Amino acid sequence: MTEESSTIDLQPLHLLAESYRGRSRDALMPFLQDAQALYGWLPGEAQKTVAETLRVPLADIHGVIEFYSMLYNRPTSKEIIRVCNDPVCQLAGAEAVIEKISEQLGASGIHIERSQSNVERVSCLGLCEHAPAALFGEDAKGDLSSALADNHLPLDASSLPSKVYGDRLLILDRVGKVNPRSLVEYLESDGYTALHKALDHEPSDLIDLVNQTGILGRGGAMFPVGRKWIFTRDATSATQERYILVNGDESEPGAFKDRVIMEDDPFAIIEAATIGAYAIGAKKGWIFVRGEYPLAYRRLANAADKAREGGYLGDDILGVKGFNFDIEIRRGAGAYICGEETALFEAIEGKRGFPRKKPPFPVTHGLFQRPTAVNNVETLAALLAAIKIGVEKWRAIGTEQSPGTKLFCMSGHVERPGVYEMPFGITIREMIKRAGGLPNGAEIKAILVGGAAGVFIGPDKLDMQLTYEHSRQYGVPLGSGALMVFDDSVDLRQVVFQISRFFSHESCGKCFPCQLGTQRQMEILERGVGRKTLAAEDLVALEDIGMAMTQTSLCGLGQTAASATLSALELWPDLYR
Amino acid sequence: MGDEVRLKIDGHDVSVPHGTSILEAAAKLGIKIPVVCYHPHLSANGVCRICAVDVGWRVQVAACVTTCSDGMEVRTNSDDVTRARRTNLEMLASTVNLEDAPDIQTLLEKYQADRTRFSAGQKREVPVFDDNPFFLRDYSQCINCWRCVQVCAEDAQYAFALTFNGRGFETTIGTFMGQGMTDTTCVFCGQCVGVCPTGALKPKRQSLLEMGKSPDEAMKLARPKNDRKRA
Ligand SMILES: Cc1cc2nc3c(=O)[nH]c(=O)nc-3n(C[C@H](O)[C@H](O)[C@H](O)COP(=O)(O)O)c2cc1C
Ligand code: SF4
Ligand code: SF4
Ligand code: FES
Repeated sequence: MTEESSTIDLQPLHLLAESYRGRSRDALMPFLQDAQALYGWLPGEAQKTVAETLRVPLADIHGVIEFYSMLYNRPTSKEIIRVCNDPVCQLAGAEAVIEKISEQLGASGIHIERSQSNVERVSCLGLCEHAPAALFGEDAKGDLSSALADNHLPLDASSLPSKVYGDRLLILDRVGKVNPRSLVEYLESDGYTALHKALDHEPSDLIDLVNQTGILGRGGAMFPVGRKWIFTRDATSATQERYILVNGDESEPGAFKDRVIMEDDPFAIIEAATIGAYAIGAKKGWIFVRGEYPLAYRRLANAADKAREGGYLGDDILGVKGFNFDIEIRRGAGAYICGEETALFEAIEGKRGFPRKKPPFPVTHGLFQRPTAVNNVETLAALLAAIKIGVEKWRAIGTEQSPGTKLFCMSGHVERPGVYEMPFGITIREMIKRAGGLPNGAEIKAILVGGAAGVFIGPDKLDMQLTYEHSRQYGVPLGSGALMVFDDSVDLRQVVFQISRFFSHESCGKCFPCQLGTQRQMEILERGVGRKTLAAEDLVALEDIGMAMTQTSLCGLGQTAASATLSALELWPDLYR
Repeated sequence: MGDEVRLKIDGHDVSVPHGTSILEAAAKLGIKIPVVCYHPHLSANGVCRICAVDVGWRVQVAACVTTCSDGMEVRTNSDDVTRARRTNLEMLASTVNLEDAPDIQTLLEKYQADRTRFSAGQKREVPVFDDNPFFLRDYSQCINCWRCVQVCAEDAQYAFALTFNGRGFETTIGTFMGQGMTDTTCVFCGQCVGVCPTGALKPKRQSLLEMGKSPDEAMKLARPKNDRKRA
């Protein structure tokens, strides 16, 4: 134990503990986060108070703090500057930004995480359209190359402008136009019309309607929302309790669409979750927002408060007798794996974010072992849009098998990075054109489709339509809808290495193939950086490791941790020769 | 729900009660699927994936935690199964000192794993903890099988002395803020030592004997020192 712990003033913590007394382990993460806000870190003495209050073993508390990047059991500065370390920001000059910041702060050195200095290199912050980006405490700052060239820290307080594009915005219609803090303005701009419509139906009819929209889950697994809701509704539960859980953990490198929705249209998520609750019969819901999205968290928390005051959450919602529903907003603490639905349950339950074995599946044994519908933020926003305009109009957009619009995150070497709401069916070529093409008329070298867990494609696949059916045909998963564009000046070996580093940093360590494989993969790829060749046995090893991780890992993280690497080796056989 | 499910394992028909794991069903046929983390008396978490088998899906499944279903066709030794097993064992051998893990040694032989394959890679290097009179903790021999953490918690003892440090490749078994065992909630039941499949947890006396000390010397040395200074 460190010296500091004996000298801290426990008085404020004891006051805080009073508000947590009587609660149990599921309050662990919020309690630790609140306690850390008092001291900047979590001294042993503070951990003991938390342990006693919630009756959680000390060892378990230690294990939890050790798991999450944003919880500290040794002193760190109160305001941490977290600079994104992943491909898009790296391309945009993140290294120079880190240097500049440390120079200005007079910091001696920077280490990955848990450092004493106050600059950290972190995984993708979901601010790719503002690359290079960083979080200064709770404030997101972007386009830092130019910002730091002209100014000194601290940077001005202005927040980042939203960058959304599209011809006809259905999902993003309010973004940037309607004050996200105001329920009144939300109501004035068609807010809660969808809930009114939904409540005109019996829950089972409502689920039929949801099925008709043809919306598949947009968090990556592409499971039909309607079917998920039926399974959850029909699951037998001893207590009859079932939950809806909104997944706002968005941590896939290159993905930032959920952040934009949560920040700029938070009431929509609450409205959509309320519709879901009505459909499946849930009385309680959660929205889990990644720890690196403080603004989204504040906006959602404010929206939930306002909705509660306005009678849109609570008992007898909209005057429907017995329709009771409330929602709790949770913050993550720095772990990509917590986007995986079962790891997400563990996080809310106050544990290390280890994915569970499946089956049982969340729809029967989810959060607290109760039936739980986990829905991605965009999934719910799309559903809300579809209900609002009506199924017929929704299905008239896009293709037969992929109806409606979809959000695409354009980043990297495009003139206008941002979130694009487009009808399904647009080709990758058109998509890039919409984003202004490549700067300076450069040629396309590669596109990473679906984020770090996705695959590389070359210019030969530009005519692939962005639909579920085409993506299946091409073997290119849409994933979270992230398209990272690289021009021909890019050192792909560097990019592939950065992706592997992301996975080795984010592997939870539960299962051997991923715990060991992400490390070994990264080590080999690091040898390939800056040099032209990798030994033949290294290339064989990459294939073996990739195969073992893909086939035998416990969860989707390990199963996709080699996807980008293997696709690069296939596409560019000479990459390391 | 029927009581029995019928499936094929490596071409052989077998019928087992509903809820039986592939591992148990295979054993019934005399087919031995290799395991590392699995322990019959502990809850199976499927962490090592050495028991992974092919059931015709996109990915393999862990035989110890996957229950049999009707019509399943399991292959316990396909090329992919063997290739993944060998690779996973090679990665393990390059990370951890497996000298004192005889069962894993047998598997390394059986799958012709090249122990030196990833020798350029980072190893799990943790100094030995000699912090109590009963056992030594040498996590450079630890494979992170979870067994000790489980017996110490809900699987048996409810002492909750053990947990994990870090995550991913950096994961190691640890205690609250790195405390020595005598400062934790450990009750010295010894169950963790009993279930550890490697030399990571070892009674002190045993390791002293292995170092060539006489039983008398070992007895003396293993006794707690009053000043609690570390050797
Ligand atoms: C490693 C990993 C990370 C994930 N991260 C997210 C995420 O950040 N957001 C999300 O909605 N789904 C994520 N998922 C998918 C979820 O497990 C789950 O399928 C999804 O939230 C379900 O919602 P949907 O059906 O609306 O897509 C992730 C999956 C894996 C394996
Ligand atoms: S695949 Fe990786 S992230 Fe998933 S359980 Fe295994 S170690 Fe954890
Ligand atoms: S100390 Fe032994 S029982 Fe515990 S995780 Fe390591 S190898 Fe397994
Ligand atoms: S024995 Fe099945 S996963 Fe370890």
